[in-house]
Amino acid sequence: MRGLVALMLLVLACTASAQSLVPQPDADDLPIRAAPTADPPPEETVVAGLSSDSVAITASFNGSEILIYGAIKRETPIPAGPPLQVIVTVEAPSSGVTVWRKERKAGIWINAEAVRIGAAPGFYAVATSAALDDILLPEWDNRYRISLAHAMRAFAGEVAVESAVPFTEALVRLRQDEGLYRLDEGSVSLIDQTLFRADVSLPANLVEGAYKTRIFLLRNGQVIDVFVAPINVRKVGVERWLYRLAFDQPFLYGLMSLGVAVFAGWGASAAFRKLRRP
Amino acid sequence: MQIFLPIAEVSVNAFVLVGLGGLVGLMSGLFGVGGGFLITPLLFFIGIPPAIAVATGANQVVASSVSGVLAHVKRKSVDFRMGGVLLAGGLVGSWMGVWVFTILQQVGQVDLVVQLCYVVFLGLIGAMMLQESIRALRRSSKPGHRRRLHQHNWVHRWPVKVKFRASGLYISVFPPLLVGLAVGVLAAIMGVGGGFIMVPAMIYLLGMPTKVVVGTSLFQITFVTAFTTLMHAVSYNTVDMMLAVLLIIGGVVGAQFGTTLGARLRAEQLRILLALLVLAVCGKLALDLFLTPDDLYAIQPGIG
Repeated sequence: MRGLVALMLLVLACTASAQSLVPQPDADDLPIRAAPTADPPPEETVVAGLSSDSVAITASFNGSEILIYGAIKRETPIPAGPPLQVIVTVEAPSSGVTVWRKERKAGIWINAEAVRIGAAPGFYAVATSAALDDILLPEWDNRYRISLAHAMRAFAGEVAVESAVPFTEALVRLRQDEGLYRLDEGSVSLIDQTLFRADVSLPANLVEGAYKTRIFLLRNGQVIDVFVAPINVRKVGVERWLYRLAFDQPFLYGLMSLGVAVFAGWGASAAFRKLRRP
Repeated sequence: MQIFLPIAEVSVNAFVLVGLGGLVGLMSGLFGVGGGFLITPLLFFIGIPPAIAVATGANQVVASSVSGVLAHVKRKSVDFRMGGVLLAGGLVGSWMGVWVFTILQQVGQVDLVVQLCYVVFLGLIGAMMLQESIRALRRSSKPGHRRRLHQHNWVHRWPVKVKFRASGLYISVFPPLLVGLAVGVLAAIMGVGGGFIMVPAMIYLLGMPTKVVVGTSLFQITFVTAFTTLMHAVSYNTVDMMLAVLLIIGGVVGAQFGTTLGARLRAEQLRILLALLVLAVCGKLALDLFLTPDDLYAIQPGIG
């Protein structure tokens, strides 16, 4: 029975992976299949799919759950040694942020020092099949920027403070408190070192754009294969219409907002007058 | 019921927004303040980005002021001539204020200046109003006291005098013009309509009767906030119509209740209530400035 389910899942995975292998403009810094060791080809590769490759933000949007599943393809028997591990990451498009540190001056707390970060994803989730420190060596983490500490991508301009470390740590900590950066250790379930699945929940305050899913296969703390798939997050219906109008026809949009406000104000005034003197 | 806001890009409870709008609308009808100084910080608290909170707050204030001002027009408690003069000053002032705001932004201390402005102005005005209205309440309870129409001070000796019939005033056109200008500047920097500054200024500086102050202030606020909304929508795309509609639904109903309630309360009691409210907001903001924050670090979108 279990074998049958696994087989079905595998078939599903293969068909789904076929469509997500289409090159996407977003997957710029990493190729779709980026084997860290160019030759010889890796003995184990990952085939994977997503429950959906797009998320539609409607007026009642309240977060979304994405199922990422797949299998490990290999020609040879499962190698001996420590078991295979899987890490799945989902990240939102990056944008620039400024991290301020307050200082007390003349009794008042004011923004004193700032570090400008050129690119940090608005959302970043890391799901692993075991404790991250046990399955990923620091040099491989540096190379692929997997852990939350590496979520920040680049500084913008000169760093004017003595040490930027507390600032970048604060960014990760604050975003973690808001649920925007997440590390879910052990949330990837791996069966027989062959089939895996991970459920990643996306928060309600999503930003539109091309999200990126990365799946890492690891052995001995080293990345042996990477799979990248995009998730397209976009607004639909009235959300999309209002958003487009606000940016394409700002003056019209502004007048419309005023019209709604004036009409509502007048309407309530008239309605209450009627109510009072029937 | 959760609802996703298209411009703010956050999901919030629709009923919380309607309730918030209602509360602020009640204030608007009761005191003649637009409520911007309440709605803007409240929107921050529920996680709306500041720029969007300011712009959409202005839009919501338009609706509640229109609703309030219509009720006042019916009761003939709007001085249109005074409102027009205040408005002329207000539009120039708001344009100047935006210019000052841009400079502050370049220096990087907008938050601090805005907060300090709030604390200083709310504190001064609140204390002044509380003291005055308590004195007035004591005086009016003593029988046989002859009340003057208004106090005459230096403001009333300026040239170019104009008759403001609804207010029963014959004063120079410059004091109201300057009041409008000053309020416009502050309103643009603080991201509010400015009613909470203008109402006391009209009562204590211009000597207008409290009865027409509320309606006239609402009249001016309607146009100043409409101007602000349009400016924000065109130059920063920060007006969230979905958010505005929800706030407005609560706001217009609240404003009507506020106006009805205001007609039943005595002017002195009304002023004490507003004074206490102003002082409460001031105290909260002052605490934020002086107490050690929970987290010394803060994230601000953009690298400008």
